[in-house]
Order: sequence, then structure tokens, then C-alpha cells
Amino acid sequence: MSLMTRLFGFRGGLHLDYRKEMSTGTPIQIAPVPPQLILPLSQHAGNPAKPRVKVGDRVLRGQTIADADGFVSLPVHAGTSGIVSAIEPRPIPHASGLSAPCIVIDADGKDEALATPEWEPAEDINALDAQTIRDRVRRAGVSGLGGAGFPSFIKLAPGHPVETLIINGAECEPYISCDQLLMAERADEIIGGIQVILHTIRAGRCLIGIEDNKSWAIAALKAAAAADQRIEVVVVPTRYPQGGEKQLIQTLTGLEVPSRGLPLDLGLVVQNPGTARAVWRAIRHAEPLTSRVVTVTGSAVSHPQNFDARIGTPMRFLIDLAGGYTTPPDRLLMGGPMMGFALPTDTLPIVKSTNCILATAPGELRPDEDAMPCIRCGACQDACPINLLPQQMYWHARGKEYDKAQSLNLFDCIECGCCAQVCPSHIPLVQYYRHAKTEIWSEQQEKRKADAARERHEARLARIEREERAKEEARARKKALLAASQAAAKPAAATAPSPVEASASAVGNDDPVARAIAAAKAKKAAAPAADSTSDDPVARAIAAAKAKKAAATSGTAETDDPVARAIAAAKAKKAAANADAAATNTKRAKPSAADDERIAAAVAAAQARKAAKAAAAAQPQATTEADDPVARAIAAAQARKAAQSADASVPAAPQSSSATTGDADDPVARAIAAAQARKAAKAAAVASESPSAPTPATNNTADEDPVARAVAAAKAKKAAKAAAAVAPEPVPAAASETSAQTDDPVARAIAAAKARKAARAAGETPTE
Amino acid sequence: MLVAILALTALSVAFGLGLGYASVRFKVEGDPLVDQIDKVLPQTQCGQCGFPGCRPYATAIAGGEADINQCPPGGEDGIQKLAELLGVEAKPLNPDNGVAKAVPTVALIDENICIGCTKCIQACPVDAILGAAQQMHTVIVSECTGCELCLEPCPVDCISMQPVAQTPRTWVWPLPDAAPAPSPRAAEASSAA
Repeated sequence: MSLMTRLFGFRGGLHLDYRKEMSTGTPIQIAPVPPQLILPLSQHAGNPAKPRVKVGDRVLRGQTIADADGFVSLPVHAGTSGIVSAIEPRPIPHASGLSAPCIVIDADGKDEALATPEWEPAEDINALDAQTIRDRVRRAGVSGLGGAGFPSFIKLAPGHPVETLIINGAECEPYISCDQLLMAERADEIIGGIQVILHTIRAGRCLIGIEDNKSWAIAALKAAAAADQRIEVVVVPTRYPQGGEKQLIQTLTGLEVPSRGLPLDLGLVVQNPGTARAVWRAIRHAEPLTSRVVTVTGSAVSHPQNFDARIGTPMRFLIDLAGGYTTPPDRLLMGGPMMGFALPTDTLPIVKSTNCILATAPGELRPDEDAMPCIRCGACQDACPINLLPQQMYWHARGKEYDKAQSLNLFDCIECGCCAQVCPSHIPLVQYYRHAKTEIWSEQQEKRKADAARERHEARLARIEREERAKEEARARKKALLAASQAAAKPAAATAPSPVEASASAVGNDDPVARAIAAAKAKKAAAPAADSTSDDPVARAIAAAKAKKAAATSGTAETDDPVARAIAAAKAKKAAANADAAATNTKRAKPSAADDERIAAAVAAAQARKAAKAAAAAQPQATTEADDPVARAIAAAQARKAAQSADASVPAAPQSSSATTGDADDPVARAIAAAQARKAAKAAAVASESPSAPTPATNNTADEDPVARAVAAAKAKKAAKAAAAVAPEPVPAAASETSAQTDDPVARAIAAAKARKAARAAGETPTE
Repeated sequence: MLVAILALTALSVAFGLGLGYASVRFKVEGDPLVDQIDKVLPQTQCGQCGFPGCRPYATAIAGGEADINQCPPGGEDGIQKLAELLGVEAKPLNPDNGVAKAVPTVALIDENICIGCTKCIQACPVDAILGAAQQMHTVIVSECTGCELCLEPCPVDCISMQPVAQTPRTWVWPLPDAAPAPSPRAAEASSAA
């Protein structure tokens, strides 16, 4: 006997009544394909997969129907050929009994596989490099089949030298026999998988730990592994929870996995035999994980046995294959009696981590007696395989002192249930620990959310302050500029150039007459500019900016004379202030209305800029990072909207006939159109009539791609501009009429923007 | 006698200098209590407490201007935590400030009714509403705190509060129903432990 096989054992644990022989009498049966497969998108630890098929698609066995989303995630494959009949939340086998998104496939009975697998089957595994193997294992959707469902490819990329691979064939929980039969009947495939894993993680040896009550499995694996010196089958004593990862490591190596550590910290990787087989089938046969061995057992089942069943098979289907119920089951569990959880119904599908369906007859398991008070006997502490203080943790969990429970290493609890099993008061201790753990996670999540909210709130306050300051500064600058221009104008009128000007100007304009004229003009210019600035800060800001620009350009391009430059600046300012409103101003009877219009126009322009910026920001996000919540929110909103607007035949607003029809592809324009349509019902005073200009909205709403949408939006905007250019004069007129009639500022702003655009496009020949 | 007096005097001078130095050298900037209170508050920034956000409320509590029972989103748990932090008696939530929600909610904009007025965007304390003028607005669900401040400014009443659906990932195991009444002695022992 070599040093390797020296056993160490672990503290605590129990001897239980195993009842495995119930289901080991029959070999593994290949279960037929059920009429319907229900495939949850989240069968593994990590992010749920993202569907890549649509309802109504025909899929083939082995086809990827949902892609991994992020690093810790796995794809989902169709278990048989058929039609995708639904992608919707369905109840999943989870302790909560809640629903989660699932893809439902109606089997067509042909069970047709993909003509060519999605990757090449490998004859010689040693010819493959580790990265290829990991990639294929990932694409095959292999997750740990022992229960936790951790994506296996991550364990194949340890990033850390691994000395020993441990295959956990202990299967210590009562009733469950799927690993046992798999090891006995598919030993070759398991050994093949082990060789692939050893090759991938470059480990030198493999220990297969099997409890001594599984003699067939031991014999089969020993025979299969005889040729490979690296693999050793180690028989371990039967004691619950020998199959716990940490306990098996301790038994085999004498090493303890540190608190909050991983086996990898000890240079170990632990895999389930079912996982090893799945790896083998993924690499050697290019088969994704679409089936697994499930034990269907319990006294309430007629013929308890193991099935090699398609993932997604409803549990009831397997129970019927096993002869149905003998009596109505007292309890239906997924997993074993120690660590399993109760299921509300037998219509749930089996998932990648379903190792056992246990339907018990009344009286078979220890009944849920009313818990008695804790008598502090300490039996739980003796039974605990990881040296925790179950009793103390219980008190703290009950008292909701979760931080104290956590300080007693609550998170090292493996929830094996030994403490509850031995408790003379029948206190459901594990449930207290599970409650405390999930409560702590939930609190942490809330804390993260609160921190994020605080950060966003503070960022918002900072932004508002910044904007205020910027506005303040702009106002101050504007005032200074005004003062400067007036000061410049005065000395010019008095024909006395200031020393600064004199020194700065190289080629001064010496004609005093021209200067005087210019000064007079400047004065004239300054007056209305001041007027216009007094009422509206937005217009003022725009004017200031334009004036500055004008001053900069005029100074270099037009004249060298500083006086003339100042005058030009003033003129520019005046022009800027008036330019916006110029086209419409002349038509307006009341100057106040014109002012209103101009302000609205300025606001609209600013908003349009903002919108453009937002659109530009949203677009790259949508393309590069689909899991960005912002992009997701937009997509969701658009989808919602599309769904709703599809049936709502948009009653085209009268004024949308000419301009809006052109840009109907644009969701923005659509939204505006919708608003206008509502408004138009009230203000139906427009001449042009084409009531139901059919918009191509439905075509475009079907287009779900955000990028395409963004492109379409951009195009539509362009089109809108062009449309406005060719639009006859009545359009702006009508728009301005609408604006006069309705008192809604939004509609007015829209109308104003349109009017301006049209006026500009119509060139210098507005109908006076 | 003289030796004792001298020794004590020397000691007191030495400690006095030490303390004086420490108070300058280790002076705490700002008010750490406000930060601590702010950390306990739920950061919904809803203003139900009568202050414009969680931090102003925290400042008010620290300054003794506000009571600890004015935060409905924090609920009884929040009050309990504040009471522990400040060493005062917990008290029931002040009904004048509203009632705690049974389930967390987030805002949902009906995009078909939304006219793109941006008023809700300006009201949102955490910038969780996305949109621009005359463009459809939508709520970034993961950032929404459920403060309901966007409901009031909406001119077309297109925003509603939706309960946050529980998922298997957010689900919390319930405590066992038939929790036995602890014997008085056991309770004492546990509090001692």
C-alpha cells in the first residue's frame, strides 16, 4: 500500500440509513424523449444564458439555443429536435418555488441531431491544447453535476499549478445512486474524462474517492484505470458527509481547505464523475451536455431506478417511467433527504444539477415534528464535520444577529444537515443557517444598491452645481463683454483711440468719418442687443457665444482695425440676437409673440443638441456592451413600445402629413407624432388634409436591433431635414398657427423648431 | 510629600501636552457621525423625512434637529439601526412622514403616453431616468430607488410604481415557522454569549 492511500478522515459526521439498494437493482435506463422539454436559462452558477432562438424556430438536438452571458455563465443546448414553443418564465426546481426564464421545446419525435457538430470530435485528446479543450467544454455547457452547478471550464483553467485531481465518487447522501451506477456502467468514459482533465490542468495524478459500500463501482473503475498509472481508486469509509468536497479532501490528503478558501489553494481540483463523463463526451464525441443520470427513488415510487434523461424532462415523466406512484407522495424532494429541498409540484423539469428525485411515502423520513426549545446538549457541535458551533449560530440566526452568526464562520457551513439530524429537539437548524446566509446576501446587495444610489445622487448634485456655476460665469462674461464693447464704442465716437488700441493696431483706419459712422452703428447695435439680453438668459447665452465667435473671426478675416473689430463684434452680436427670429419676426404682428417663439426655438435647439449627444452616447454602448443597464433599459422600453404600437394604428396627425411622414422611421419622430396627434385632436385648425398617411412604423418597430435603430434614426433625421426643405410654406405657417392656439409649451417648442427649419430651408424668399 | 507633588505635576503636564498634541495632530475633519448615520439611511433620496435627501437628514439627526423615526423607506429596521448607532431608544415610525412599503417598488414609464417633457428626469435624485426632450423616457430599473419623486411632476401621469419581482437569486429562505419560544434562561445565556 502506497503512501497515497493512507487515509486521514474528518471530524464529526454520521452513519445514516442509506437505502441506496432501492434504486441500484436496475441498470441505468435510457429515458425516451418526453413530448416537451423545459430548459431553464440559469442551470448553473453565474449569469443566466441569453436565448439565441425565437419562438417558432425549429431546433435540432445539440444545437445551442442560448449563449453564455459573461464569463461565469454557460450556454444551453436543445435536448432534442422540435419547435421552440415558448420563451417565458416557468417554475424551476429551486427551493423558492419561483419562476425563471425557460426555453420550452415541443419535441417532434424525430430526435434529429445537428448534421455536423458545432466543433470537431477529437480522436486524440493529447493533440488538443488546453485552451481548445476549455473552450469546447464551455461551449458544451458542462457544469458541475454534483449539485452546485459551477461552470466546469473555469475549474479547468486554474491559473495555479495543480498537483492532484480528485474525483468525488463518494456519493454519501442516502437514496442517491446516480454516480454509483454511472461509475459502474460507464467507467471507461469517466476514465477518459479524467485523462482529458489531467491533460488540461497538467496535474500529475488523480485520486478517485469512493465509499466502501459501492463495490461494483470500485471494481469497474479499478479495471478501467488499470492502464493509467496516474489514476488511483481510493476506497474511503462510508460516513456522511464523506462526499462533501472539503471532507473528501481531508480524508484523502489530511489537508483542510482554509476558511473562505478553495481546494485550489491546496493545489487540488475536485470534480464529480458525471462531470468527467460530460467532459469526455464533449471532447471525444463533440456532444454538448443535454442529458444526465438521475435517480428516481423513494417508497412512493413503484420501481425506483436510474435514468439517463434529457435535461429539461419533466419530473413527472420520469416518475411515470418508473411505474408511477404507489401512494400519493408525502414529500417530493430534489436531492437527498439531508441536503435536498422540497418541490411544490412534479411538473418541474430536471436541470443539470438534478441528481435525484425523491418521492417519499408517509412516515418514511423523520416527520417534521414541532421543534422543541434548545436544551444546549451540544450534540450538534459533536456532529458538525467542520468544527462550527451550530448552537451559537442558531441563536444568533434566530435573534437576527446575522453579523454575529457570520463571525462564527456561518459561511463555512456546508449545510450537510448533521446538526439538525442529531438534534433531540428537532430544531430545523439548517434552515436557520440558510435563512441567515440569504439574509446576509440580501443585505449586502441592498447595501451595494444604497451606495450606488448615494454615489449617483452626489454626482448629480455636483453636476447641478457645476452647471449653475457655468451659467453664472457665462452671465458674468457676457456683462463684461457688453461693458467692454460700450467702452470701446465711446472713445471711438470721440475720435480718440485708446493707447491699447493704438499700440495693438498696426494698420489703423485713419478716416475719422468712417469711424464715426461705425461708432454710431455700434451704438445702435449695442442697444437692441442689451434689450434682447434682458429678458431671456438662454437667448443671451447663445448670443454671447455667437458674438464671441463672430468677434474672433471678424478680427482675423475682415479688418485689422481694432475699432472696426469692436464694431463688427457688436454688430455680430446684434445679428446673432436677431438672426434666429429674423425670418419669423417680420411676419409677426406682436413682438412679444416673436420673442416667445425665439426663446422656444432656442430651448428646442439646446434640447436637440442634448438629444443628439445622448443618442451618440447610447449608440456605442448599445453596440459594445449589451449588458449595460442603460442599453438594456432602452432596449426594453423600445420593445415594450414596439409591442404596443404595433396594434395601435397610428392616427396620423394632419400636420404630420408632409414633414413627419418622411421621418416616421425615427422613434423620436414617432413619439413626437403621437404627441402631436393627441394635440391635433384639440387644435384641428390646419388646412392640409391627408388623414391616414400610412406610416412605415410597423415595419420599423419590428426591427429590434438597437444599432440598426440608431442608424435609422440618424437617417430619418436627415430625411426630415430634406423633407422640411421641400415642404411648402404652409407647413411652418400651420405649425406656428398650432403653436399660437395651443398653450402647451412642448408642442409650441416643436412647432417653433419646425418653423425655423422650414424657413431656413426655404431660403431667402419667405412669403411676406 | 514634595516629591509626590512634583511627580504628579510632572505627570499632568506631560499628559496635558500629549493630549494637546493629539487633539491637533489627529483632528478629525468633518463630522464622522453624519457619515455614519448617512451609511445607515437607505439612500432613496425621497425626501419623505422632510429634508432634501438622505445626507441632509443625517446632518439634521446629528445636529439634534430631527428625530430618528422619520424615514419610511428605512422602516423599523432602519430605526433600530439608528437607535443602536446613537444610543437612544428606538421608536415607531412617525406616521406624518408616511408608511413603510410592504414590497420594494420601482418606477415604470408608459412610453406610449410619455410626451418627452424631461420633467421626471429633472426630478429624479439619482439620474435613473433616461431620455431627452421629445424623446421617449425610460427608467433604468437597476438604479431606481423607488422614491416616487418622478410621479408628481409628470404632466400626463404616465409613471407608475411597480413592485420589484422576486427572483430565485434574490429570494431569502424564510425562518422556520414554528420557532419555539426560547426559555428565559436560554435567552439570557445567548445574550451573554
